[in-house]
Amino acid sequence: MADSRPVPFRGGGFVARPRRWVGVAVIVAIVLAIELGLRMGWMSRLTLPLPSDVAGTFVQLWDTGLLFKHLIPSLSRLAVGATLGALAGIGVGTLIGLFSLARAGLVPLVAAIFPIPKIALLPLFVIWFGIGEPSKYALIAFGTFTPMVVATYGAVDNVDRTLIRMGQSFGLSWGSIVRKIVLPGAMPGILSGLRIGLAISIILLVAAEMLGATYGIGAYILEAGSLYDLERLFAGVVILSLLGVLTSAAIGLLERRLLRWRV
Amino acid sequence: MDLTVEGLSHRYGDTEVLRDVSLDIPAGRIVCIVGPSGCGKSTLLRMIGGLERPTVGAVMQRGAPPRGSLNPLTFVFQDFALLPWRTVDGNVSLVLEDHALSRAERRTIIDDVLARTRLTDFAGALPRQLSGGMKQRVAIARALAVNPAVMLMDEPLSALDAQTRELLMDDLVALWLRERFTAVYVTHNLAEAVRLGHRVVVLSRRPGRIREVVEIDAPLDARGAMEDVQSHLWGLMRDEARAADAELLDG
Repeated sequence: MADSRPVPFRGGGFVARPRRWVGVAVIVAIVLAIELGLRMGWMSRLTLPLPSDVAGTFVQLWDTGLLFKHLIPSLSRLAVGATLGALAGIGVGTLIGLFSLARAGLVPLVAAIFPIPKIALLPLFVIWFGIGEPSKYALIAFGTFTPMVVATYGAVDNVDRTLIRMGQSFGLSWGSIVRKIVLPGAMPGILSGLRIGLAISIILLVAAEMLGATYGIGAYILEAGSLYDLERLFAGVVILSLLGVLTSAAIGLLERRLLRWRV
Repeated sequence: MDLTVEGLSHRYGDTEVLRDVSLDIPAGRIVCIVGPSGCGKSTLLRMIGGLERPTVGAVMQRGAPPRGSLNPLTFVFQDFALLPWRTVDGNVSLVLEDHALSRAERRTIIDDVLARTRLTDFAGALPRQLSGGMKQRVAIARALAVNPAVMLMDEPLSALDAQTRELLMDDLVALWLRERFTAVYVTHNLAEAVRLGHRVVVLSRRPGRIREVVEIDAPLDARGAMEDVQSHLWGLMRDEARAADAELLDG
């Protein structure tokens, strides 16, 4: 043929491909741009603290041992509160998914509780549990609870009914069906609920510590904020961001381990 | 153990699905149920297996299931119904875990059924790694593990491609020649019905009634395409199938 051309390719795009270091590069670029902008005077020093000063504050925190003095109470509050809330949420969500009565009774209740900013209820928790640790646990647990309930019953609803019918047809006991078919089948949904639940629990951790705590990241940020000490404020914020990234990575790891069977 | 379906009728709300179906399922034979789509054949099978309750009528068991039968009425599903998070081995193990068997007994049963379905080399594979035909063989192995008195097969080959279907039909014939199991086999594929059935029950379109019961005497291992029987069955079904095809789904 006189005029032959290759067929133009038009099939590319629309596929998510892993690009490992791009996320880190974006953050580094932004931090560098801020540093440079402040040093060159393109931005007023009042807008943001110098990233290098924030890093200096961080080093100071580490050297004085203050970092762990704040971090350890925060982490233990997070661990206790989020664990209680997540377990209760998974439990109630599973009940809603399995029993029509529980669904009819509890879904409207959960819908009523979900949009309440839990921080608004902190005074209530203080009255119930005192100013100490239990009220903080309760607040964090309560905040993790609602998204976990919604995620879990949605996930249980989405378990393949033919698998449950299969279990029944082989005469499996009710407990076996729940343990070996329903819960593993709901696991993907439960884990993505956990992602949201843990992010909310970090937000509430800070809120709880801003009201009545001597040590803790929230207390540290509150103190820095009231003194307009932006370097320390940002050091605290960076810790929270890292915490968020770490929990998200931990759930990613859990997903890879527990959901290896997925395509 | 024989099964009899006695005067079974069923309706979902206003829709009548089955009307006065009576049927005999003798031990050691394969009874195929064919009919146009939506004629209630899968519903009938679920009622035979006790997964659904008929509006009128009953399904009766005559005689005791054989000794050592862990689950007398055992299903094989069209979409395999394997747990994706369990390996081949684990999927078979699932149906044994609720019975009082020692670990060694369970191991023996699993090894035996995997060998009989030629899956021994794939014991550690996850369902997503398997082809459709292999998945259905796992489901058959799982069914065999509980030593059923009657296998209830709901279009077991319909999700497979034509070549795999041929291979699995050969497997089923070989298995039946060895073990003479009893089965109710629901299908819309007439070739499968004449290949595997000792008795073919033709249902009419909804509400499903028995149009005709065709006995096929030729032994399973000496059957060809049986075109005369197939065309006879198709003659019974053609108009019904066309009418069923033209029906509105929610009408």
